[in-house]
Amino acid sequence: MMVLVVGAGRVGAAVAKSSLAAGHTVSVLDADPLSHERLDAGQPTSWEDAGGQFTVGTAIEIEALVAAGVEQADVFIAATSGDNTNLLVAQVAQKRFGVGHVIVRVLDPARSDWYAEQGLHTICAVKVGIAMFEQAIADIATA
Amino acid sequence: MYVIVVGGGKVGLNLARELIGKGQEVTLVEGERRTYLRLEQELEHVVQYGDGTELWVLERAGIRRADLVVAVTGDDEDNILICQVAKEKYRCERIIARCNNPRNLQHFKLLGVQPAVSATDLILNLIEHEVPGHGLVRLLDLPDEQLEIIEVEVATGAPAAGRRVSEIDLPEGSLIISVLSRGKAGLVPNGDTPISPGDEVLIVLDPGLEPHITAQFRA
Repeated sequence: MMVLVVGAGRVGAAVAKSSLAAGHTVSVLDADPLSHERLDAGQPTSWEDAGGQFTVGTAIEIEALVAAGVEQADVFIAATSGDNTNLLVAQVAQKRFGVGHVIVRVLDPARSDWYAEQGLHTICAVKVGIAMFEQAIADIATA
Repeated sequence: MYVIVVGGGKVGLNLARELIGKGQEVTLVEGERRTYLRLEQELEHVVQYGDGTELWVLERAGIRRADLVVAVTGDDEDNILICQVAKEKYRCERIIARCNNPRNLQHFKLLGVQPAVSATDLILNLIEHEVPGHGLVRLLDLPDEQLEIIEVEVATGAPAAGRRVSEIDLPEGSLIISVLSRGKAGLVPNGDTPISPGDEVLIVLDPGLEPHITAQFRA
């Protein structure tokens, strides 16, 4: 399975590494060449030697997406730090390139919910975090 | 008419001013605090502080009763998403988006965010219009109506040069709507209007007919 990860931040890099370890073909796209270091960190070999692909480019540029392999991708992960960038490129991957599985990181819970209703697979870490805080407070109150 | 303008830069501020001057009800949304405070001194309650891509900010601005949402921030992703949400979630009748980088126009189109206005493209079109010896200038595109209006210059020796409007072999779905002769006022022609080399001819047509039409006006 070919996984394209857009955004090599904490989330994107970790998901890219675990996908590669799981035996998938993994390509990473990020505008910052230095983000590559995150892919190498803690690994015995470099990202490329481990079999990964890395492309420097802006996610909303069609050429960059194509260079990173969007046309071959089975799974597209939008994990940049910007909600709006993620929601846009995810829809480009889905509607323009017909990628079968598109997963989007959205920090804003309200928009995560609404875009999920529209058929995007959104993941909202903020919502999970809020629920954990609420649970922790409830646990303290009942203890 | 109630208009929400998102983005209080030069475009947004001047748009808000003009609309207010025309007696329209306007809310301007600005997400950068210092810009907001500066805008508030002039526009007072008309301007609201917040990230216009967040739903609660749009709802507080009254998006449910807005007749028109205009997204003119300096960020194309933001403008696309604001308009997409306005149109698809809040069923706002009319949207207008600013496209900062013409390379992103394809994204606006893909997600149905139309019309998208690109200052760069507008200026480029004007430059093309001014370049001498041009073949064809696209004056107006109405993709929804499947119509466009083009301007062509009549070359010396072209099939149409020296003939009358009724004698020109134009394909079905096209019509000459004006003939502009150098130094004269433009006119709405009839079948007897002569067409001379150097004239500029305005034609309304179905998209895709350009090659057949320009063949008549080129040498």
